[in-house]
Amino acid sequence: MNREYKEAVVELLYQLADDDLLVSYRGSEWLGLVPHIEEDVAYSSITQNTMGHAAIYYGILEELGEGKVDDLAQLRPANERKNAIILEEKNGQGHWLYEEPRYDWAFTVVRNYFYEAIKKKKIDSLKQSTYEPLVQTAIKIDTEARYHLMHWQTWFEQLIRAGGEAEERMKAAIEKVWKDIGGVLSLGPNEEKIVSAGIIESEAVLKERFLADMKEKFAELGLEFPGEPGMERGDGRAGVHTEDLEEAIATLSEVYALDPAVPW
Amino acid sequence: MAISVRDAEKVKYREFMERIEAGEKIEADDWMPDEYRQTLIKLISMHGISEIMGALPEKEWTPKAPTLYRKLAIMAKVQDEVGHGQLLLRVAEDLIKPYGKTREDLIQDLFSGKLKFHNVFHWKTKSWADAGLIGWLVDGAAIITQTNMLDASYAPYARALKRIAAEEVFHAQHGEAIAVALAKGTEQQKQMMQDALNRWWPALMMFFGPPTAETTGSSKQEITIKYKIRKNTNEDLRQFYLTKYVPRIQGIGLTIPDETLRYDEEKKEWIYRQPDWNEFLKIIRNEGPMSQERLRIRKLSYENNAWVREALGLNTAVNV
Repeated sequence: MNREYKEAVVELLYQLADDDLLVSYRGSEWLGLVPHIEEDVAYSSITQNTMGHAAIYYGILEELGEGKVDDLAQLRPANERKNAIILEEKNGQGHWLYEEPRYDWAFTVVRNYFYEAIKKKKIDSLKQSTYEPLVQTAIKIDTEARYHLMHWQTWFEQLIRAGGEAEERMKAAIEKVWKDIGGVLSLGPNEEKIVSAGIIESEAVLKERFLADMKEKFAELGLEFPGEPGMERGDGRAGVHTEDLEEAIATLSEVYALDPAVPW
Repeated sequence: MAISVRDAEKVKYREFMERIEAGEKIEADDWMPDEYRQTLIKLISMHGISEIMGALPEKEWTPKAPTLYRKLAIMAKVQDEVGHGQLLLRVAEDLIKPYGKTREDLIQDLFSGKLKFHNVFHWKTKSWADAGLIGWLVDGAAIITQTNMLDASYAPYARALKRIAAEEVFHAQHGEAIAVALAKGTEQQKQMMQDALNRWWPALMMFFGPPTAETTGSSKQEITIKYKIRKNTNEDLRQFYLTKYVPRIQGIGLTIPDETLRYDEEKKEWIYRQPDWNEFLKIIRNEGPMSQERLRIRKLSYENNAWVREALGLNTAVNV
């Protein structure tokens, strides 16, 4: 593997790993707070799978000499993270511990639905990657990712079709998430290197496939299509982030950072 | 000669007691004395809601668990607890049905303080070591309580307990692995584990409840034993617990914070310092160190998600 190819692989792996880590971190904050017990159990399974996916990507990075899995997941400062900004955003008002968490279920459903829809496109594309470990990983992850997508799609449809307050909340959440969902599609400043090396297809191709599905779903539900996905707050792939990410990293690494050199 | 309604009830009661004394099991649709039903409702709804509330102390450490592996393991563990809650509330729902009640009523009873959650889940957690301690020693205590009821006369509860107890064994192993890693780790880690034990020891001694009704004014243990729901007394269970765990705790180099603790060979029992039963009384009035905070978060999420339940058309709320 020549240096340029390896750099491209590493770049994409960080994007995939950091995205899944943040999604699963936000999921872990929802434990015990979701709308009903049955959902608590289901969402927790998805969160565990997603964190497992992050662990696989970090594991490949470790093999490539980037450092220990937990150092990569927990010790990298915010400006080195490659996750999309919309994924680091807090679940809603308040704080998951005892500071009046008033989490927004509509935002969570919409964010997770769009995220999983894009993730599925990436996974499908990675099955044709020139980098064999990513092909194998994609095949493995796909067995779970398709169910995650179904789960959030069901919630998305149900809450839109319910009309009334639920529909209003969902529409507001769609508007909010759409403004930054482009960050999940983004392959970052090094897209060209990643794509020309055949590691994954281009952002334009992935976006087109994602938008085709969304247009169909929006039409089916009688929703107005919001147009071009935005990236208003910037590109997380380029290290642009918000305070929410710093707080998330501080929390998730609080114990590990006490002594990263020893077993826990 | 016509027999009175009261006599007929007496006959039914006698036949019922003969059935359970012969080791027969009672199913949800069988006739049962009102006292039996009430006792089961109280016991099982409390057990179910305790699993749900019991997820909170560990949830406090879930996002902070030290490694991805530990984060995954504790999430799976908390998920199991919520699943147990669901299973048990379903058993309780069948029992309250004849009174025209639903899960919604149980939730409201929790909020009003009528339905209690287990005394061990009212305590504070302060470090990651507390999460290990809960998995190891609190779940370990729960296994002993549940084993005591695996042969309960009420079959749906006994079946649920069998499934739950199997998972609790994994939880205890998960907790023990955390505790051992800390106790065998650096000075800082070891101290963290010892502090957790010092904090939680009184709570562990309270776990099984007071030895007799005189200690705290009331205890249901005589009734549950009479109806063959449980076998042993609170004190029996505490003694089993000490026999099982004292050597294990000491074995990993931790010190139990009770210098009076010893096994009396003549009496064949553990001598230990009584926990502060006044504190216990406060806890069961929801005035423990974290009672109100944990109830508040439960209530807040219930209110905050009301619109979702409405959208799903759930007339009877299933959120807790």
